[in-house]
Amino acid sequence: MRRFLISLIILACSVGPAAAERLVVSLSNHRVAVTSNFVGEELVLFGTIEPEPPTSALRPPYDLVVTVTGPRQTLRTRRKQRMLGIWVNADSREFVRAPSYLAVLSNRPVNTIAGPDTLRRLQIGLDNFLLPQRIGADVADTVRDDPFRAAFVRLQTQQGLYRESGTAVTFLTPTVFRAAIPMPAAVPTGSYAIDVELFAGGLLIARTNSALEVIKTGFEQYVADAARDYGLVYGMATTLMALIIGWFASVVFARD
Amino acid sequence: MQIYLPIADLPVNVFLVLGMGLAVGYISGMFGIGGGFLMTPLLIFIGISPAVAVATVSSHIAASSFTGAISYWRRRALDIALAMMLLSAGIVGTATGVWLFTELRALDQLDLMIGLSYVTLLTVVGGMMIYESLQAVLRTRRGMPATLRRPGSHTWLHGLPFKLRFKRSKIYVSAIPVWAIGFVIGFVGAIMGIGGGFLLVPMLIYFLRVPTATVIGTSMVLTLVTMASATVMHAATNHLVDAVLALILMVGGVIGAQFGARMGQKMRGERLRLLLGLLVFAVGCRFAFELVVQPDDLYSLRYVMGG
Repeated sequence: MRRFLISLIILACSVGPAAAERLVVSLSNHRVAVTSNFVGEELVLFGTIEPEPPTSALRPPYDLVVTVTGPRQTLRTRRKQRMLGIWVNADSREFVRAPSYLAVLSNRPVNTIAGPDTLRRLQIGLDNFLLPQRIGADVADTVRDDPFRAAFVRLQTQQGLYRESGTAVTFLTPTVFRAAIPMPAAVPTGSYAIDVELFAGGLLIARTNSALEVIKTGFEQYVADAARDYGLVYGMATTLMALIIGWFASVVFARD
Repeated sequence: MQIYLPIADLPVNVFLVLGMGLAVGYISGMFGIGGGFLMTPLLIFIGISPAVAVATVSSHIAASSFTGAISYWRRRALDIALAMMLLSAGIVGTATGVWLFTELRALDQLDLMIGLSYVTLLTVVGGMMIYESLQAVLRTRRGMPATLRRPGSHTWLHGLPFKLRFKRSKIYVSAIPVWAIGFVIGFVGAIMGIGGGFLLVPMLIYFLRVPTATVIGTSMVLTLVTMASATVMHAATNHLVDAVLALILMVGGVIGAQFGARMGQKMRGERLRLLLGLLVFAVGCRFAFELVVQPDDLYSLRYVMGG
């Protein structure tokens, strides 16, 4: 009897809500190559909203949020203060494992898509994304209007590394969408996670994810690797290059 | 044409950087200095982080001073013995400087240290040079010879022990001030990304009474070796030397230096020193202004580590 009850519950769950949606997405390019003439790039994410199971009905209108997070890095935000008449870096906060790139792209401003609690729980939007700071021995996120947090987000935004856009996602039909992911020239290398979240009536109804990779290629990669792994040899090679150019110039110009 | 710099991690316009190399090279050739005190602030201005700028400029100065040293070598205007003596202390100074650079970077005070050293050094040295050269200009106006070298006049520096004779420069001085000067130049060079030519030339003239004929060539040899070793040390400890950026700067720099040197030879010594003094002083004031005036943005970011 008990076993029968359990299987009945399982059956009920697998049928679940009568109608559900499934997201199918495809990225224009999973690999961004940073070459010597790299000046930034725009990736395009295409997707459709499919009924699940196929026979069930769709419930438009939908809202879509795409969150792209770059490789994590620890950064320090410093604040200048006047000391003895000059401006020095006096106070600082360390942001532990913050994304080096963060784009929140949606079809309308995120705060109109869902309630503040939902957004906070799902970490959607620059204001709601968790940015833990090292506070003494502790690591915790602070209130969104903390001056160091605000400055951190503002500086990253100025560099084009953080952005929130309520127009970057376009619905081509009520169920087919397109999202433009801007990759600025100063984009950090590493792997990026793409989270796609579908909302209807202020509730999260489906999510999926994808990934992309930003890599230095060819010569850039070679130079960066050499500088990091063989610092001494790299330094000597650079010095040798300096000497050769210096010598070459003196030979070329010695004629006249 | 944009090119991506692998260490600075940002794209720059090749022609802009090449032009900066040419302009600074011209000035450096004209005055017989490395030009690092101009190049480092320029690189910072176009968005390269101060740390990468300082480390990369050292290789650029190595290239331009090598060109200069070769041409002075051809004219036999080089005191190898004196240069070697200064160098032995210069390397120690550079190593100390690179070490302090790494420490200060960890403490977030590197920018301040670079700023403060620039202000102090440039305004003081610039001011002294303006004063000295103005007096020389006035002396020539009154028909007196504008000599710097007063043979026979001895300072307390000449009373120190461990005396050495430098034949090419025709001086007989103690090793102590020579070492001290070498150490200071090496140290300052590593911290500030400058070759220290604009410091070394007056120091050699005023303290050691090295004749003008050999002073620039000798200073170039010293600059070459301290900057070459600073490049290697910065690359080995901080991994901040951008070879692509360095290459563009060098090419512009050595070409500019050749034209600048021709211009410099046409000008009179004291006029040249006055101009250099004004330039040095102006750059110093620019840094002072930045430290004293409230910055547009009180906040700045610094990379701590990945992962």
